[in-house]
Amino acid sequence: MNEITCKCGHVNPEGTELCLSCGRTLSKDAENRKTADVMRYEGMARRSQTYNLSIIDKIWNFFSSVKVGVWLIVTTLIASSLGTIFPQALFIPQGTENVYYEERYGIAGKIYYVLGFHDLYSSWWYLLLIGAIGTSIIIASLDRVIPLYKALKHQRINRHESFMKRQRVFSDYSVESPEKTIAQIRERLEKKRYRIREEKDHLLAEKGRFSRWGPYINHIGLIIFLIGGMLRFVPGMYVDENMWIREGETMAIPGTGQEYFLKSDGFTVETYEQGEDPEVFNNTIEREGAIAKNYQTDAHLYQREQGSIAGQQGELVEVQNGAIQVNQPLKFDQFALYQVDFRQDEYLSMSFNMTNKASEESVGSFTIRFDEPQKVYELENGYSVELTEYFPDFSGFEDGEPQSVSPIPNNPAFLVRLFSPEKPDGEVAFIGIQRNVEPLGENDYALEFAGVETRDVSGLTVRKDLTLWILGLGGAVFMIGVVQGAYWNHRRLWLKKTADGRLLAAGHTNKNWFGLRKDLEYVFDSTGLEKPVDHQEENLNRNTSADAKEENNRDSTS
Amino acid sequence: MTQLVSISSTLLYAAFVLYLIATVFFAGSIKSKKHTNQTGKNKWATIAITITITGFISQLGYFITRWIASGHAPLSNLFEFITFFGMMLVAAFIIIYFIYRTHVLGVFALPIALLIIAYSSMFPRDVSPLIPALQSDWLAIHVSTVAAGEAILAISFVAGLIYLLKDVDLAKKGKQTFWLEAVLFSLVLVVGFIVSTTAGSIAGYESEFAYVNSEEEAATAQYALPALVIPHQGELLTEGQFATSLSMPAIVNASRLNTVLWSILTGTILYLVLRLVTRKSISALLQPLVKRVNLNLMDEVGYRSILIGFPVFTLGGLVFAMIWAQIAWTRFWGWDPKEVWALITWLFYAAFLHLRLSKGWEGNRSAWLAVIGFAIIMFNLIAVNLIIAGLHSYA
Ligand code: HEM
Repeated sequence: MNEITCKCGHVNPEGTELCLSCGRTLSKDAENRKTADVMRYEGMARRSQTYNLSIIDKIWNFFSSVKVGVWLIVTTLIASSLGTIFPQALFIPQGTENVYYEERYGIAGKIYYVLGFHDLYSSWWYLLLIGAIGTSIIIASLDRVIPLYKALKHQRINRHESFMKRQRVFSDYSVESPEKTIAQIRERLEKKRYRIREEKDHLLAEKGRFSRWGPYINHIGLIIFLIGGMLRFVPGMYVDENMWIREGETMAIPGTGQEYFLKSDGFTVETYEQGEDPEVFNNTIEREGAIAKNYQTDAHLYQREQGSIAGQQGELVEVQNGAIQVNQPLKFDQFALYQVDFRQDEYLSMSFNMTNKASEESVGSFTIRFDEPQKVYELENGYSVELTEYFPDFSGFEDGEPQSVSPIPNNPAFLVRLFSPEKPDGEVAFIGIQRNVEPLGENDYALEFAGVETRDVSGLTVRKDLTLWILGLGGAVFMIGVVQGAYWNHRRLWLKKTADGRLLAAGHTNKNWFGLRKDLEYVFDSTGLEKPVDHQEENLNRNTSADAKEENNRDSTS
Repeated sequence: MTQLVSISSTLLYAAFVLYLIATVFFAGSIKSKKHTNQTGKNKWATIAITITITGFISQLGYFITRWIASGHAPLSNLFEFITFFGMMLVAAFIIIYFIYRTHVLGVFALPIALLIIAYSSMFPRDVSPLIPALQSDWLAIHVSTVAAGEAILAISFVAGLIYLLKDVDLAKKGKQTFWLEAVLFSLVLVVGFIVSTTAGSIAGYESEFAYVNSEEEAATAQYALPALVIPHQGELLTEGQFATSLSMPAIVNASRLNTVLWSILTGTILYLVLRLVTRKSISALLQPLVKRVNLNLMDEVGYRSILIGFPVFTLGGLVFAMIWAQIAWTRFWGWDPKEVWALITWLFYAAFLHLRLSKGWEGNRSAWLAVIGFAIIMFNLIAVNLIIAGLHSYA
């Protein structure tokens, strides 16, 4: 290690920019840089600025650079915006991705799809970007926080004149009695709640040092949040299931391992009505038509009792009942059930009369329940109907065969065999809504549609997310960190009585120079001295007071 | 209750007029010969800030009475949200004013608040009932915090604009001169939108088209301004009204595009007239107002408002947003366009803070970044609602 020995005799570790003891600059480089840049980490040696040999050094230095961090943030920002040009795959009908984009958006849509932007946020490169940001946050923070902590903990009160002269806020005073002035200043500083330390001829006043930890705390928050996001993929942490439950139905809640069951008492939709709801809504209701007021499933929650013998099924015990509404999920155990969707008026059952075509007389009637269709419906007097085949969602014929596209009774159709004393072998018919085909020739008997019963179906989402508290913790830590770093700042004032009896005053803050100036104004008020000069401010003021015309003239001649 | 709604509207109107008057007084205060650095106590400025606060109280009255009348926080549609944003902008201005006492800020912040409030009133202003997804206390908590955060961030745009007006050398034709004028031009376009929409509604213009929408279903579209473009396979149903034969593809909302075209047309004409009459660019017209501005102070005001606004925005736009999304939509994050744009806004200001802190991007660069940040906020506020439809498009 190449240690650096300062003029004052203090030995500093390699890479140090400002002597840890007196604050003199230790290298030409540090001397030429802006004071604010050198002061940011108190002139401490940082790993990334000191070593650059091994591959690990190189990786470390890459990720610890704020420039790289900003590039990562900006790249992520631009990438994220690309994903909002057209809807993401998750918002369009499932399975239509390959045609949807081109059909709607033409060639631009096709390019979008081919580049994979339709599923951008779960693409490998997007996740890689997030991962790189995470890495960068960790490394950049470690690279800085450790030296910064050491520097601030071991701050010296006594600083060399050259250190003070370099500060943005600095004045050199000749006063009769520096000791008296320092005492006056000290009194005011205390009123402003500065923490004061004194040493022979020197004073250091400090306030809001804790705000320097703000960025590191907020970065820890971000990392906790990202870890929470990753835990999502650990089995058991996360459940995302959907269930469709019909009025009157009881079913196992998916994702709960057959432990919990739900029974629906029915689904309700309400809309706002003129006359019923507050009059002030009338205009909007008129303009917009029906506006939804409530989506609600009334439900009972059951838990299966633990059987006394392993594997034995216990009784269902009701543990809760109530309404599941949007914004009011039903919570149990670690789960929550959300009202997300509905289907109204799904067919529950259909009734038919079996009639003699010639006499037009009914010989009996029966009802098919779509949730439990029976094989045979026995009617009186030797008549019966056999349900040979059931097509819940009939979509047409293919090669002469009837097809069903889903198990949901959207368009029920049946192949039936009608038995009667005259035709003991039965007559074949294909019946459905507005449909009656007799494929094997004219029948004597027919089924006549006699009525239908419907019910509503609730679409619920079952959610368990054990990562939420980690995410919440991350969010809270982040908020504490940003507030700490943004609403407070680290202000310092150094006073020094020189050997020849002058008084030097230098001030520094990590941000909010306006606030520091106001403090100093108050603090120096009682001394009869002007507050130390903010040199940056002064330069600009000189500019400001110059007449604008003069400025223009100067510009046009230069 | 309907009476309360009309009281509420009157209060909003009063606030608008008061902000207008306050702007005049702020302009007077910076002309005052006595106060060269435009800060500190000044009779004009005292009157101006008093009127501003009165206006703010009046607008607060609008907000509270409307809340009582409708039974829910008036933050549920574009009109209400943007109006509230305008109110928060004034509040943010008042706070920053009392920290820094820079009068010139009022000369720019209040007109922008006025423009925003006028803009919002172009949308349907009826009190509307809440759809189930919005029936939650989180509506008030989340939306108001987002608006407050964005408004504080917007003050950095105001400070940035003032900074640039003074800092950019308009005598030189360059990128900065061009873009500064472009920013001001876009403000004129908003005026164009307000003027054309208001003209249309005063004239009672209405026309209706039958067209085929992107789901290939028959639909009808209402136009409040003469149709420069017509919807996909559109057919004019209202006899005697104007319509070109320029038909748009089905995915374009032609009625909105038509309004945009009218705004651009009107705004451009306004701009050209202004230039012809004054023989100056808008930047040059405004420059005398900022002649005596302290650049360093403006830079600090801009930075400070971002420092104050960033945590508020994070809390409202991400933290509260996620909590509510978890309750209402079952997941705290779903890559809905509005969510993504909140993330983009947040990342952008994070980049700003890093550049400022570590790369020393101060002054001119910082001011430009503040302008871009405001553009992103406006994009999220307006364009994402109107163009990119998602769960949030409550317009
Ligand atoms: C989206 C992610 C990030 C957010 C929201 C964030 C947020 C912040 C905030 C609010 C500050 C304080 C700034 C100020 O007080 O003006 C800060 C400081 C900082 N950030 Fe980040 N940051 C993020 C990512 C990163 C990354 C990727 C790096 C890696 C280089 C990084 C490195 C730093 C450093 C070095 C500081 C300065 C700390 C100091 O010297 O006081 N940040 N960050």
